[in-house]
Amino acid sequence: MNDVARSGALAFAPLIIEIAYLVAAVLFIIGLKRLSSPATARSGNVMGATGMLVAVLATLLHWDIVSWWWIVAGIAIGGTIGVVMARTVKMTGMPQMVALLNGFGGGASALVAGDEYIRFAAGSIDAPMNVQATIMLSVLIGALTFSGSLVAFGKLQELITGRAVTYPGQKVVNGLIFGGTFLLAAYLVAADANMPLYLTLSVAALVIGVLFVMPIGGADMPVVISLLNSFSGIAASMTGFVLGNNVLIIAGALVGASGIILTKIMCDAMNRSLTNVLFGAFGSNVTAIGDTAGADGRSVRDITAEDASILLAYARSVVFVPGYGMAVSQAQHQVRELADLLQSRGVEVKYAIHPVAGRMPGHMNVLLAEANVSYDQLIEMEQINPEFDRTDVAVVIGANDVVNPAARHDTASPIYGMPILDVDRAKTAIVMKRSMNPGFAGIENELFFADNTRMLFGDAKKSLTALVQHVKAGV
Amino acid sequence: MAEGLLLSLYIFVLAIFVGFEVITKVPQMLHTPLMSGSNAISGITIVGAVVVAGRVESSLSTGLAVVAVAFATINVVGGFLVTDRMLQMFKRRGEDAK
Repeated sequence: MNDVARSGALAFAPLIIEIAYLVAAVLFIIGLKRLSSPATARSGNVMGATGMLVAVLATLLHWDIVSWWWIVAGIAIGGTIGVVMARTVKMTGMPQMVALLNGFGGGASALVAGDEYIRFAAGSIDAPMNVQATIMLSVLIGALTFSGSLVAFGKLQELITGRAVTYPGQKVVNGLIFGGTFLLAAYLVAADANMPLYLTLSVAALVIGVLFVMPIGGADMPVVISLLNSFSGIAASMTGFVLGNNVLIIAGALVGASGIILTKIMCDAMNRSLTNVLFGAFGSNVTAIGDTAGADGRSVRDITAEDASILLAYARSVVFVPGYGMAVSQAQHQVRELADLLQSRGVEVKYAIHPVAGRMPGHMNVLLAEANVSYDQLIEMEQINPEFDRTDVAVVIGANDVVNPAARHDTASPIYGMPILDVDRAKTAIVMKRSMNPGFAGIENELFFADNTRMLFGDAKKSLTALVQHVKAGV
Repeated sequence: MAEGLLLSLYIFVLAIFVGFEVITKVPQMLHTPLMSGSNAISGITIVGAVVVAGRVESSLSTGLAVVAVAFATINVVGGFLVTDRMLQMFKRRGEDAK
């Protein structure tokens, strides 16, 4: 760019950029609003992406930018990775994908804030205390989102154990590290630029992210992912404070709010407080129980695929209740096939979705949508529960704690008070399960021992395939 | 300076309220696309990263900035694309499959 053109652009650049950012912020808000219905959601997402494009293009006019090479390099690398990830990820791997994306967002925010600190330390900019404070917040939240998300990814991908990792004195050690880091951040705000201490703070934030997610078990992942989602937004907002950039503040706040709402919904759906989820180390130990006998000698009744198929084929109404087990065995397509077959015989088929079924909010809905299940058949817990009384057969596919009736009446149960799907009120409940191992929470499930429950042991996908064959052949 | 911070705080707090209002209306069914889509929006930090990467001050600073741009781009591109992939699957009976 020659000097004349540059000075011409310079005069208008700030205004153009600010207006573009305003347009972007509006597009983000309308885009999110359109996510309130499946019919408009896709266009809403496109609006969000358009807003992002507008913001990035306008930013290229920024007067500080003297070379576009590094920008292009970064975008090319990140864009390629992003496209490949988005195209190749399986729907069952979506929780891991979202965890990773959260991490990258948080990491980027931390790096941008870090860069401001480097400039401050080098004396190229003046950073008053309030800017320094937001730099510290941005780095802390961004870095812990990054490392925490990587740990969550590792757990979901089963690279590391999905169980809660605990050791004696963990809370004390974590408390000391949290407290120390906070004091360090406060000191850095008040003190002159100090690069070594700043690096220590960054590393401490990364460590906190790891320590924070490690003690949280697999089934609590919906809460963790929602919370990290919120953090990635708040980190972006803090970076906005550092740079004095409104679109960062607005977009970050929107995402922060979204994550907080999801976190609250997930906690409510488990009837647990956020503190309990984060520090309760739920699911760190599993009580081993016998093969088909309960702790007090009760036994379960199993059923063959053939008998189950007869129950299903002659039912008037069937409700499928998917859980994480369906995702693990990738059985969503078989579920749909069986449902279609039953529907063609005049059976009324619905799906009951518990808010925390699976490993992230809405996990089951996405899997069933992938299998082409019509979304008006996916029924939320509050709507479906009164219908179980009138349901002939409820088919539980790899769900456990979310259908445990103990949550309703057994005050001694760790999941007492958690809202559940009232599967036990159906005329018959068929539970597909690999073995009698207890669910994530390590609690024995009363449902399995109920008089109207039949256990169909085996891999969910194989069992469903067998059911389809029997329904086809038998009638 | 304090005025600037105060103004930013106003914007932040009001935006959080807008976020609460808008997102409370998203049905449970769409929570996964909501997460991945809103997550892509949090990749807005790319705007800050781009400025830093274009500044060419020191090699350390530029190096970090390029990583930041790459991270944020993964977040943005991956997030919006995967959300689109999910949302196109949500169909009602009778609507065209695929």
